[in-house]
Amino acid sequence: MSITEDEARKVAHLARIAVDDAQLPALARELSGILHFMEQLNEVDIEGVEPMTGVQPMRLKRREDVVTAGGMPDKILSNAPDAREGFFAVPKVVE
Amino acid sequence: MSDLNRLTIAGARDALTRGEVTSAELTDACLSAIEGASALNAFVHKTPDMAREMAAAADRRIRAGEAAPMTGIPVGIKDVFCVRGVPSQAASRILEGFTPEYESTVTRNLWDAGAVMLGKLNMDEFAMGSTNEASCYGRAVNPWKGAAGEELTPGGSSGGSAAAVAADLCLAATGTDTGGSIRQPAAFTGTVGLRPTYGRVSRWGVIAYASSLDQAGPMTKTVRDAAIMLGAMASCDPQDSTSADHPVPDYESLLSGDIRGKKIGIPREYRIDGLPDEIAALWQIGTDMLREAGAEIVDISLPHTKYALPAYYVIAPAEASSNLARYDGVRYGRRARLGQGDGIVEMYEKTRAEGFGPEVQRRIMIGTYVLSAGFYDAYYNRARKVRALIKRDFDRAHADGIDAILAPTTPSSAFPLGAMDQADPVQMYLQDVFTVTLNLAGLPGISVPVGQDRSGLPLGLQLIGRPFEEGELLNLAFVLERAAGFVAKPDHWW
Repeated sequence: MSITEDEARKVAHLARIAVDDAQLPALARELSGILHFMEQLNEVDIEGVEPMTGVQPMRLKRREDVVTAGGMPDKILSNAPDAREGFFAVPKVVE
Repeated sequence: MSDLNRLTIAGARDALTRGEVTSAELTDACLSAIEGASALNAFVHKTPDMAREMAAAADRRIRAGEAAPMTGIPVGIKDVFCVRGVPSQAASRILEGFTPEYESTVTRNLWDAGAVMLGKLNMDEFAMGSTNEASCYGRAVNPWKGAAGEELTPGGSSGGSAAAVAADLCLAATGTDTGGSIRQPAAFTGTVGLRPTYGRVSRWGVIAYASSLDQAGPMTKTVRDAAIMLGAMASCDPQDSTSADHPVPDYESLLSGDIRGKKIGIPREYRIDGLPDEIAALWQIGTDMLREAGAEIVDISLPHTKYALPAYYVIAPAEASSNLARYDGVRYGRRARLGQGDGIVEMYEKTRAEGFGPEVQRRIMIGTYVLSAGFYDAYYNRARKVRALIKRDFDRAHADGIDAILAPTTPSSAFPLGAMDQADPVQMYLQDVFTVTLNLAGLPGISVPVGQDRSGLPLGLQLIGRPFEEGELLNLAFVLERAAGFVAKPDHWW
């Protein structure tokens, strides 16, 4: 399976990474090479095998559904590139 | 006492206990060693003030008779661990300026034990890489040099940690291992690297790469030190839902040196085409050492080994694409300068294009692709099924009574920096051929320096243990270390 330039553009957009049109052929080639490597997996008989989610045969732990932390908006916002009046600030989202 | 930075954890602890040395002296020795080692580019954020304060507190604690085994021991911390008030950016531009308001559980445990923070260590960006060349800080350099004096990679992703331990800039360091990132750099630098069982060490506050594979562990000068430091790092942590509820034993007390009757598996599938003679010979030497110590050597088969690497390079990028979605220029780190009329999508796309390096971008896009509609079953689900088969191979070996598996850690010794520049990505991924299998199965593994190649560079062997049997694994490694008697150190050129 090889990736076309159009597919590479689409993947980059889904990943929210800006890629110049000039870089698309090289990106498509690289991604195709990696996918080709992965295709070895098609040789394996996986009939009746359950996909693995976690390595330990354990049930995820549960806890009371209560608030355990909070009340620290200043700390939460302290690393934001743009924070105003207690909020994260972003460019206009809706026209 | 001179050259205090060259001490092991165990040696320093004993000297501290006897009052022959103070933590302040140990810490100063390491801080001067770090100052003189900028050519290695191992420490990327230094914290000398914090170190001196912590050392003074440790000395008070030792005088009060309340010392724990790591009290007063100066350590380096891989940049992937969040340390409160200290830049923590996983060697990525996208986290430029990020100083966490909280502490990772591993570093919390170390500070509670009295360890001393020297600074943050270089690594491959987001722990993705095998050479420590993909770092916003620039490459880290191996203290060992090639036969013609060329500079070598310390391995990756925990390359700064390995270089710092090998060059005696700290007594020990933390690392993380998602596909071999502790064991491969340990093998390249003649040091010991232990990746614990998945769930043994908390992942809370460790910047995530691939959550079902990531595990933190110690990088040390000796196996005994790995036992001491794992005991301080490990805990049952309610903040990490995959942290295991097993009590943490006193690992050091389990180093009996007696491995009589232990069954060691030699997996035939690891004898890959093109395995260099030197690596094959080293593997045989290690096998003979364990046999002479009374272990029973058994040939075993792990039939799906060949598929571990492609399965890993589906699963790890898939998880990474999801984990790294949080770096969007909103909550922390860097935001790209925006043009007139740019909206939020342009902000995401420009921020991530500027902030992530090429290898991270590549893995995010591969992960995005294998998780996208229409390809999920063909790639991601298939890889997860193959992963189940890889784990089943190990389960069967364990059911047959195998206590541990012995294999090479890497297919070569350390290679020159820049050697992978022109290689395609898949060639670099082949570095991980012996290490990724146990990450997929969640097992513990340890790399021990066992010999040197023709150019005098260190070579390592790894032992792969049973889940949560780090004590037994460390004991086997201890016997291998003792039999190998590896004492070589790099010449001090930096």
